[in-house]
Amino acid sequence: MAPARTPQEAYQQTARAMQPRRPILKNTVLAFLVGGLICALAQLFLSYLLGRGVPQKEALAVTSGFMVFWGAFLTGLGVYDNIGRVGGMGAALPITGFANSMVSPAIEYKREGYVLGVGAKLFTVAGPVIVYGLVSAVLVVLARWLLTGRP
Amino acid sequence: MPKRLGQQTVAFSRPPVLLSTASVVGPEEGKGPLGQYFDVVKQDRLLGQKSWELAEEMLCEEACDLAIKKVGLTPQQVDFFLAGDLLNQIITANFSARTLGVPFLGLFGACSTLAEGLALGGMLLDGGFASTVLTACASHHDTAERQYRYPTELGVQRPPTAQWTVTGAGAVLMGLSGPGPVLTHATVGKVISMGLKDPADLGSAMAPAAAETIWQHLQDTGRLPTDYDLIATGDLGAVGHPICRRLLADRGLALGENFTDCGLLIYDRNRQNVDAGGSGCGCSAVVFASYLVPRLIAGEIRRLLLVPTGALFSPTSWKQGQDIPAVAHAVVVETPA
Repeated sequence: MAPARTPQEAYQQTARAMQPRRPILKNTVLAFLVGGLICALAQLFLSYLLGRGVPQKEALAVTSGFMVFWGAFLTGLGVYDNIGRVGGMGAALPITGFANSMVSPAIEYKREGYVLGVGAKLFTVAGPVIVYGLVSAVLVVLARWLLTGRP
Repeated sequence: MPKRLGQQTVAFSRPPVLLSTASVVGPEEGKGPLGQYFDVVKQDRLLGQKSWELAEEMLCEEACDLAIKKVGLTPQQVDFFLAGDLLNQIITANFSARTLGVPFLGLFGACSTLAEGLALGGMLLDGGFASTVLTACASHHDTAERQYRYPTELGVQRPPTAQWTVTGAGAVLMGLSGPGPVLTHATVGKVISMGLKDPADLGSAMAPAAAETIWQHLQDTGRLPTDYDLIATGDLGAVGHPICRRLLADRGLALGENFTDCGLLIYDRNRQNVDAGGSGCGCSAVVFASYLVPRLIAGEIRRLLLVPTGALFSPTSWKQGQDIPAVAHAVVVETPA
């Protein structure tokens, strides 16, 4: 351990040594199981649709919609936050997590009205994902265009 | 007898009496180990209201009402109302004061607000500016979540250092005479920052403030930890409380079994999903009002040092990368011999 220089640093060292560690292994396993289960359910539904002869493109879109519905529905019932507490990133990463990140602010801020509440705050959680998703998409396309000359 | 002791402590020459205390809590607190002691346990976190904020105000108003009615007084007979909470512009306290109609001074000490109210109320009474003072504070798990963290229904994983904001309000009515435990000293804390920045680990941020105030209190009064039957911090939780004990041990003060924390008392951490324990200004307020004061009255403890701690940050300050300063105030409550 490096020698501490200031009282602040000395305290931070002491505190860090006494803080409980995040259970990374347990969290990873739970994220894998919860995320895996969500994806397996989606796959099951998709296979069912394909088996019924639905064209792949349509079947994929309907499956996404189906999962978004369940993410939103379970958020509305007050269940998805509990799934998220257990599953962590495994619950946040699938499209059900995206639904949760849109519906939970909608429920929360509805109390401030449809304009100042829902309208203004709907993207508080999903906003950064959308903004940086778009920015990275532009950068990737730009790089491809510069490298290959094809837009 | 001098009214000031040492650097930061006041000693009341006419020790104010705690005439009555009251608490109203939410369902999770009702299921905890202290559930049977609270005056009112609500079964619905919304209390039938349209918003969490309205629910928190209801908690606060009901606790105040109860404290006043327990001794057969009316709000008109209360000279000052000192209250605070965790919400922006302390709306719970402000709106409760509107309903109560008592001359009001709003407080903000984050989770240390109870001690701030008791200290100031004691000074008003001992100073001869009042004969009855009501002090209260309230917090609500969901108002705190949405203000400081995320929408309540968002699925997020909590780190093991996170604490669970108590849904509850506590009120204390103080006067100059009558039966009941008395407030003998108050040590007003300095705001301290050790450079911690994690809002999901407030125990570590607040522990140094608690240690500093306890140490200063003992210096000022010339007492030892063993002079107290119980020393209770407010909401350091499972992370901050051992750190505070360690900091005091490093300064040569060994605290024994009589050193506890309201945030650890209010929930059963094995059974309830609260991670490092309870927090929020309601935490020390309801534990004090419904568990510690009755034990003082029953004579199970004769002298209590209560040290609620507050993390003085805002959602803006931590997002801007500022550290989290903290404060702790100490009050001494004892049963007259």
